[in-house]
Amino acid sequence: MSAEAVAPELTPQAYKTDEHPIWCPGCGDFGVLSSLYQSLAGLQIPPKDLVVVSGIGCSGRTPGFVRSYGFHVLHGRVLPVALGVKLANPKLTVIGVGGDGDGFAIGGGHIPHAARRNLDIAYLVMDNSTYGLTKGQYSPTAPKGFQAGSTPYGNIEKPLNPLAMLIAYGATFVARGYSGKPKELTELIKKAIDHKGFAFIDIISPCITFYNTYKVIPPRLAEVPADHDASDRAKAFELSLKEDRMYLGVFYQVQEPTFEDGVAEVKSRAQASSRPRLEEIFAEFS
Amino acid sequence: MTDCVFRIGGEGGEGVISTGELLTLTLARSGYEIYTFRTYPAEIKGGHANYQVRASDTLLLSQGAWVDVLVPFNEEAYQKHIKDLRKGGVLIYDSDSVTPPNTDGCIAYPVPMTSLATEKIGVKLTKNIVALGVFSGLFDIPFEKFEELLKERFGRKGEAVVNKNLQALKVGFDYIKSQPKRDTIRMGGGPRQIKELVLSGNESLALGAIASGLKLYAGYPITPATDIMEFLAKELPKIGGFVVQTEDEISALGTVLGASYAGSKAMTATSGPGFSLMVEMLGLAVMSETPAVVVDVQRVGPSTGMPTKTEQGDLYLAVYGGHGSSPRVVMALTSVEDCFYGIMRAFNIAEQFQMPVVVLSDQYLGHRKATVPAPDPSKVPVIERRTPTPDELGPDFKRYLLTPEGVSPMSIPGTEGGYYVAEGLEHTEIGYPAASNYENHVRMTQKRYKKFYAIEALSNELTRQYGVEQPEIGVIGWGSSEGVIREAVQMAVEQGYSVGAMHPKILYPLPLVRLTKFIVGAKAVIIPELNYTGQFATLLRKRFAKDFVQLNKATGLPFTPQDIFDKIEEVATNVRRGSGSRTHAASV
Ligand SMILES: Cc1ncc(C[n+]2csc(CCOP(=O)(O)OP(=O)(O)O)c2C)c(N)n1
Ligand code: SF4
Ligand SMILES: [Mg+2]
Repeated sequence: MSAEAVAPELTPQAYKTDEHPIWCPGCGDFGVLSSLYQSLAGLQIPPKDLVVVSGIGCSGRTPGFVRSYGFHVLHGRVLPVALGVKLANPKLTVIGVGGDGDGFAIGGGHIPHAARRNLDIAYLVMDNSTYGLTKGQYSPTAPKGFQAGSTPYGNIEKPLNPLAMLIAYGATFVARGYSGKPKELTELIKKAIDHKGFAFIDIISPCITFYNTYKVIPPRLAEVPADHDASDRAKAFELSLKEDRMYLGVFYQVQEPTFEDGVAEVKSRAQASSRPRLEEIFAEFS
Repeated sequence: MTDCVFRIGGEGGEGVISTGELLTLTLARSGYEIYTFRTYPAEIKGGHANYQVRASDTLLLSQGAWVDVLVPFNEEAYQKHIKDLRKGGVLIYDSDSVTPPNTDGCIAYPVPMTSLATEKIGVKLTKNIVALGVFSGLFDIPFEKFEELLKERFGRKGEAVVNKNLQALKVGFDYIKSQPKRDTIRMGGGPRQIKELVLSGNESLALGAIASGLKLYAGYPITPATDIMEFLAKELPKIGGFVVQTEDEISALGTVLGASYAGSKAMTATSGPGFSLMVEMLGLAVMSETPAVVVDVQRVGPSTGMPTKTEQGDLYLAVYGGHGSSPRVVMALTSVEDCFYGIMRAFNIAEQFQMPVVVLSDQYLGHRKATVPAPDPSKVPVIERRTPTPDELGPDFKRYLLTPEGVSPMSIPGTEGGYYVAEGLEHTEIGYPAASNYENHVRMTQKRYKKFYAIEALSNELTRQYGVEQPEIGVIGWGSSEGVIREAVQMAVEQGYSVGAMHPKILYPLPLVRLTKFIVGAKAVIIPELNYTGQFATLLRKRFAKDFVQLNKATGLPFTPQDIFDKIEEVATNVRRGSGSRTHAASV
């Protein structure tokens, strides 16, 4: 008898819970979820070591549909909670998910810091350029002129550029995907999870109910050019600013020390001068 | 009996604080009990600072009412503090910068500290060391203890620096020895033998957190809580923990919840403005039943308020802050020693009941130093959260299982079969959102409140009492006023009043059994609080029909025993006249 039982292969199905997603039929988030299952199976991530942290929004319901650990937090607070989870147990695979409102509006203040810390997590923003859950108001990625409940005469703000922003903030993996291209999206998510450091994907995921972009998006899509040098930050930035097309793929990827590496280094520096027992710390105050 | 209050005042940055700290440690090492009090300038550099050290050969409960030895480094300090100098007290002043109009009623020692420092040592900044030499020479505080301390403090800066300081010490000592001694204060050594430490409230709290098994601290700098973070940043990594400075307080508590969810003990500390930002996250801790310890070192509010001054003004926010029916535990720390054991209890409650515990301290307590017996962590055995048994795990694992005591098994990521989503939405026993199930919401709300039964018992158990057990006049205080109230009650009892004090440590849930007995039996009950409206009195009024007498002080300064004593006398007179207990929001 072999000493070690071989664990059965995890299929995409193995990551599904019994709950059927509550999303509207045709919502882009179904595609994202399906690619997420595929990626997890592709990487054979053990469910017991996976934590999906999500914000509030339609997209925020994702952890309920993934058989693993999850934390459905507050609107905009995915990244702080993910930081805590990862710091408590760096062995866990931590995936943050949320909407464009969640990430770029109310939670926007956390993005620069998560990016520059280079915490080893993947952050997937399901970007539909609207606030799906609150019924379709304009979001930070909605175009000028966007007309909805809170902008009946048209949105007068220009949209922010998530890719340019993340490259500027120091994320070490920055990509764009599309819910309607599941094979490519699966590959991107796998790369993001595999990446050592802060990996961000802006996933275009249309809201069929409040901002149906299924017709306007596909004609604009293009692959990131084959000759694009993703290790060149300036080039990546330049590509992110191009408005002629919506490029899909990895814009930027570099290897840099992660936050966890830094934490380990601080601990070893501290322990070099160590008096690791409480009584010895007491001695300093006597 | 020796009981002496020193107060040093001067320009911030002039060495007032370091002089006070060196004096504190020397007196502690010479065998005295210590109780310090300090105020800071609000200015980054400069502004007025003072440091008060009370030293005694018996247990100290407050910073004292009067000053026995006043040491003004400049004119402003003299003007500000001379009114607090006891009649016949000692005034030691820098005669290069202070010219008292008259020194009647006190024993004055002019010392040209600045010129001694510049002429004899060549470094103006050593004038505070000159002052320490004067203390040693005048009051017999052991010279060698000062020497020892200066060597420790400045050793790392090299021999030259150490020698300059030792010289300055000697210059002060010799100068005063050449003058006749006209006072009677002698502090040659106290009786204290047992091993004691000199700790601030914040340091004591940080040590207690380490003793509880703290692994992750997340915080954002804010006076007067920052030194907790800085202390832990230095100590925690040595024992495998870590401190992360987050981008704001929302993130700080979010990080704490993430870490706690993943199995690490975690905490944050802040003050009013930061605590206000954390309120939504506190609700998430309640709803997702995630253990968390949140320390609020209170300062004067609202808004940015008076950052360096003390107040007990965040009780409403701690108890009621947030939307929905949102049970959390609120504790208040009472003394430097209690900071150690109190935070240990806070971690225990958070873990045992899987909910947030708000721990209220304040600037007065966080920043004052006291001699305390070396803390003994075994006095508060560490309690860990309930994790699932093997047969609770599996596909039907119920993270939010309904139990008689309201506490459910909490699995930690990494555990096979313990999958669940920690939910901020109302949810079922398995943790799936159930935002339209009314009966479920009622059941789950009850579940979360059921935890209060056991916590209320603990609240009764932890309530302390001083003075007459079933008094005619009761005093109910909270938080850092404990020692001051205890001293005032002692004074009053000695003068024949029937007075007793009750001091709960858990303010929410209230210790109702203990309070009921105490309140019902008293003719009048005084509630002293460092806030304008009487937040604790309001909390008590919700449960008791008593006409409480409020004693509110909202100056930014702590109570003195005299403040409380005067109120006791006044109320006693009214009671005797038959007017009983009246409610009036008197301000001190
Ligand atoms: C503090 C707070 N403010 C507002 C809301 C209401 N709210 C819920 S989801 C949401 C926006 C959702 O948009 P997005 O993040 O893009 O997610 P989507 O639904 O589009 O996936 C808002 C405003 C909330 N839950 N919490
Ligand atoms: S409202 Fe929009 S985003 Fe939300 S589930 Fe429906 S289609 Fe998806
Ligand atoms: Mg959206």
